[in-house]
Amino acid sequence: MTELPNWGLPLGAPAPGSSFSDLLDSLGLAPRWKVPAGPAQTLNPPEGTTVLACRYGDGVVIGGDRQATEGHLIAHRRIRKVYRSDRMSAVAVAGTAGLALEMVRLFTVELEHYEKIEGAMLSLEGKANFLSRLVRSQLPLAFQGLAVVPLFAGYDQTSDQGRVYTFDVVGGRYEEKQYGAAGSGAVQARAYLRTAWKPEMAEDEVVEKVMGALVAAADVDVATGGPDLRRGILPNLVMIDRGGVREVSDDHLASVAEAALREGQ
Amino acid sequence: MNPGFYVTPEQLVRDRAEFARKGIARGRSILAMEYRDGLLMLAENPGGSLNKISEVYDRIAFAGVGRYNEFETLRKAGIRQADVMGYLYSRDDVTALGLATAFSQTLGVIFSHEAKPFEVELLICELGLEGQPNQMLQISYDGTLLEGREALAIGGKADVLGTALRDRFEPGLDRNAALRLGMQVFAETERRPLDGWEAAVLERGPARRCFRRLTGPELARVSEENPSS
Repeated sequence: MTELPNWGLPLGAPAPGSSFSDLLDSLGLAPRWKVPAGPAQTLNPPEGTTVLACRYGDGVVIGGDRQATEGHLIAHRRIRKVYRSDRMSAVAVAGTAGLALEMVRLFTVELEHYEKIEGAMLSLEGKANFLSRLVRSQLPLAFQGLAVVPLFAGYDQTSDQGRVYTFDVVGGRYEEKQYGAAGSGAVQARAYLRTAWKPEMAEDEVVEKVMGALVAAADVDVATGGPDLRRGILPNLVMIDRGGVREVSDDHLASVAEAALREGQ
Repeated sequence: MNPGFYVTPEQLVRDRAEFARKGIARGRSILAMEYRDGLLMLAENPGGSLNKISEVYDRIAFAGVGRYNEFETLRKAGIRQADVMGYLYSRDDVTALGLATAFSQTLGVIFSHEAKPFEVELLICELGLEGQPNQMLQISYDGTLLEGREALAIGGKADVLGTALRDRFEPGLDRNAALRLGMQVFAETERRPLDGWEAAVLERGPARRCFRRLTGPELARVSEENPSS
């Protein structure tokens, strides 16, 4: 196609295929990092703490606490770290909050863009691979101490099961057969799930276990905000099964959180 | 130097318009109408994979008739434009009017500058928020932008189909009644056996993305109730 004058739609632009981030790149709108050498000592942006995902009988559950910290201060008590990325998957993030939330936004638009252009959803594996590319594109920032580590969970319609993917700061992608966690309280959350996890759990049971793991993480890791019943702050929990993504209601979470806090004492 | 032949601008535009209209007339038309909970788009489409109707954004859909590769290029460009706008600003800043204007400018430029005009006609529908009117914008091969109301048709037989549809259209139909009406209008104007349907709706509901394709069984159920087709 010949070059068009500079108005209307970019029909003949270098074809970016079906990827939204490549499209942004071709338009010069993708973020470009020009960061000074050496660690970001003067920068202390808010960081999100514990997120975790866990497989159960019908699919997978993914959740996270609500706190963001700035050094030893609490920056936000009610931020959201678990997001629905499309109708069959959800993503949770730990690390530098501002960058992480932007990554989620780009990831969500990417999945929808691909689906609209191609007329079909990406496979779950394809989504996880793309997320790993997004993490890798932040590598220069990770070296500055501004790392983002996501956690990805979804229902795989081809193999008919829920799947969990964890990532590292350089974009390494690992599939977990049982559960995965990221963030400052991840060690405690994993330690809790190591003994609590059972194959083929029912939905109510897995919600209790995940809440227990978050309470355990908040108990030891000061950066993780456990359920705060006095202020009415509850973790976000999202279930993904054959029917798609759905949020666990606050009423249900409140009763589970109360029980978990009682048990944890 | 080659002096060339002089062609008056009137003649040039007439020739191009005639060329584009012929191309569009070879394809099959599309109907669109409002119903109680949203907007319905209906096309005759024998295959299942080459779609004429598609999702563009949360409350916006695209329908194209004419040459497949040309409206497909435009459809993709529209989705790209919408997603970039929504990502840079906010999802609320993507509107059917903005998109339709971009389509209209692009088609207008192609019509007068390119070796041949695009043989397409487009329809951009936007589902209004609760209590707000819906929008139906028609863009023709030369970039002419028209606003439609309630029920309309695009494509080679747009005049006949559109008139037949508007004669029998009444506001507040439910989805199946609207679909049935659309199928009847097609059957009566085409006067030949119809082979396969493609239909999609923009429907008010709790979900952010309002676009939904009507699946084969759903369409078959309604078309069986329809003795005339």
